[in-house]
Amino acid sequence: MSLKNTLHNLKEKYKGKKMAPAFNALHTFLYMPNETTHSGSHVRAADDLKRTMNTVIMALIPVLFFGIFNTGYQHFAAIDAANNVAREFSLWGNFLTWDNFWLGAVQVVPIVIVSYGVGLAIEFLFAVIKGHEVEEGYLVTGMLVPLIVPVDTPLWMLAIAVAFGVVIGKEVFGGTGMNILNPALTIRAFLFFAYPTWMSGDKVWVHDAVNLAGTPDAISGETVLGYLAQNKDFSYSVSDMFFGFIPGSIGETSTLLILLGGLFLVFSKIASWRIMVSAVAGALVMAYIFNFAVDQEWISETSKFYGLMSLDGWKHLIVGGLAFGIVYMATDPVTGAQTNRGKWIYGFLIGFISIMIRAFNPAYPEGVFLAILLMNVFAPTIDHYVVRGNVKRRLKRLKNATIHPKSTDGKAEELKAETV
Amino acid sequence: MSKDIRIKKGLSINLVGGAEQTTSKAVLSNVYAINLDDFHGITPKMLVKQGAEVKAGEALFYNKDREDMLFVSPVSGELIEIQRGARRKILTLKILADKTQEQLTHTALDVKTASAAAVKAHLLKVGCWPYIKQRPYDIVADPDSTPKAIFISGYGTAPLAADPDYVLQGKEAEMQAALTALGKCTPGKVHVSVGTNGNSPLAKLEGIELHKISGPHPAGLVGTQINKIDPINKGELVWTVAPQDLVMIGEALLKGVFNPERIVALVGSSVKKPKYYATKIGTEISTFLYASGVNEENIRVINGDVLTGAKSSPDGYLGFYNNTVSAIPEGDDYDFFGWNKPIFNKISSTRALTFSWLQPKKKYKLDTNTNGEHRAFVVTGQYEAVFPLDIYPMQLLKACMVKDLDEMEQLGLYEVAPEDFSLTEFICISKQPHQQIIREGLDLMYKEIG
Repeated sequence: MSLKNTLHNLKEKYKGKKMAPAFNALHTFLYMPNETTHSGSHVRAADDLKRTMNTVIMALIPVLFFGIFNTGYQHFAAIDAANNVAREFSLWGNFLTWDNFWLGAVQVVPIVIVSYGVGLAIEFLFAVIKGHEVEEGYLVTGMLVPLIVPVDTPLWMLAIAVAFGVVIGKEVFGGTGMNILNPALTIRAFLFFAYPTWMSGDKVWVHDAVNLAGTPDAISGETVLGYLAQNKDFSYSVSDMFFGFIPGSIGETSTLLILLGGLFLVFSKIASWRIMVSAVAGALVMAYIFNFAVDQEWISETSKFYGLMSLDGWKHLIVGGLAFGIVYMATDPVTGAQTNRGKWIYGFLIGFISIMIRAFNPAYPEGVFLAILLMNVFAPTIDHYVVRGNVKRRLKRLKNATIHPKSTDGKAEELKAETV
Repeated sequence: MSKDIRIKKGLSINLVGGAEQTTSKAVLSNVYAINLDDFHGITPKMLVKQGAEVKAGEALFYNKDREDMLFVSPVSGELIEIQRGARRKILTLKILADKTQEQLTHTALDVKTASAAAVKAHLLKVGCWPYIKQRPYDIVADPDSTPKAIFISGYGTAPLAADPDYVLQGKEAEMQAALTALGKCTPGKVHVSVGTNGNSPLAKLEGIELHKISGPHPAGLVGTQINKIDPINKGELVWTVAPQDLVMIGEALLKGVFNPERIVALVGSSVKKPKYYATKIGTEISTFLYASGVNEENIRVINGDVLTGAKSSPDGYLGFYNNTVSAIPEGDDYDFFGWNKPIFNKISSTRALTFSWLQPKKKYKLDTNTNGEHRAFVVTGQYEAVFPLDIYPMQLLKACMVKDLDEMEQLGLYEVAPEDFSLTEFICISKQPHQQIIREGLDLMYKEIG
């Protein structure tokens, strides 16, 4: 008997049992189910939630691979820098090398495994308890989480954060499609507030920088934003920042690959271009307001905000996690604004607030995850007012309504008059 | 005078199996049936008993809430079976047709001089009243009501649906009579819409407000046109009539008979020779389905088009309102890694490794597989792209799901019928049953407020 028939028979056997959702999740992973339409439309389009989520994952894979190589590259580059060895960048010579890949993979792959393992285990558990199918939301979250954490994040911390994020961020609200906050960012925020020393500072962004701190081999693990926040000079060029050969969270550094991923998502009509465009616009507006303030000499060079506020506005887009946040996190359809007009407002404010927090947060020079979480909370309010606009239009129309009385209404009145 | 309306949002679903424009006469059916599910919200009260002889056009039952609203037999014969379901609800009435047909004939009505009340009484008596539907609620119209306008869509955009220009050929006199008579029932206008090619027999008729519609599906749905021409407000009422039903109303007025004959398009990729058949309402579908031949055994027969029709079977019966019967393959099979491999043979509104956007003119052979499982609403912005009405579709669906009457009213439930959500249901990534949600919302609203 073929695999298909075996699985079909197993499915029939488990139907209605407690473990059915868990089995079905694995079954539907292998085979698209034999379900047919019952009511309404007899034919359906080809897309389902699995395909949608899979498309986002496809857009994330290049970023993940880049992150693996970059982990290795930054580690070795930092060692060279500490030993005053001059290092000339070469894509094939010292970036896409086996050493970099191996070192990166050893660090990153366990993070991916823990993220998926813990998250999916909780999803399965809740599906079995609540008796619904395992929904696909975590497929993307599980891939996002490794890309937005520092490379040396201890796995146990990650496991706790994932458990918190999935349970409190999502399942308590009813699971996929019902959550208010982006689960991946909830996980990130939990890590940030629970273990700040592991999530910020000048050591955590390069592999081994924390371990080597205080030893003669100490290396730097500072990000571009970190240098800027301290008004220090740094040696990274614009092209380094655009292509992503800089320290940072695992997947956030390569603006080029993120841009390509974003274009792919827009082209495949999975992510909202409105949010992406307006978020970039919002970020630029805030950044150029800061530039203007610096030009007007309202901010002196001694101000601790000088470094970030004087950075050319457009450069904000290629450093830190802003690009990654805009493309992959702000566009989450569940937690974002749901109306087209709302998306413009929502995106704009994300960009705007990201740069604001970035400049003014003394503890941690990055604001995109806080900005998105904040706007997640406001998205339903934005939508509410956009939808009210539609309702108001309808109420306005109502004033000119032509309502004809029922012919029986008249008769009833006549009858009444007679009986009185 | 005509006004042009261009619909931009939407999706034309091109399927294999469009009907060739030739009409054959279908074999006469032995048994005819009236399916009570066709009349949503009507509680039937039987007028004849099982085993009784009825003439064609003689009443079988009436609306419990309105004794004068009669539902008649399409043929003369013996009422052989009253199929009942749970709580003795009547499901189907079956009539064994006589060899020689006897027709019940009423006196014809002079539409020029008749009053609105006379028109209504005549249509109720002949059995053609159920062809007049009303919005809000998408139910058979209340004869006591006065609509603000009447809408007739003579522009077909539903996938594989019968071409109104073809089936209405030569029926101008009947349609004119019906339109003149219906025009008396409203102080407002009778809006008739046709395609832009100018071949529609409806275009030449008088006493109407003509609109020329263009654009993809759902431009041809009457709900889309109402929303663009004169949207329904709270408390307002409009009537809608399908053009093929207009012909029957016309015959009822001109000749005083209930003439169940109509031209039906047999379509779909499972049909060997899709074409038109001249037959009667209630006829067994097998009488013409097998005349055209079927391509496979495991098929879904649909009373209506593939987006809005009712599930039937080869031994099912042609519905009261239908002029399309579709047959497509059942999709009850598994697809190995069907969720992530590139898809070339199915329609999609996205480009997520689905390639229907490469060939917009290609005709597809779709089956009844849902292409995925039921999920919560996740993706946003997809429905709006194919939903031309000035309504937020997902918000309205959610309001219906949580039974929030205020919200349903404010978001425009009065303006829609389930069919308006057929296209959003088709593209729905979460595979939600949109039409069912809207139907339940409308029913709840009718019960609570109606």
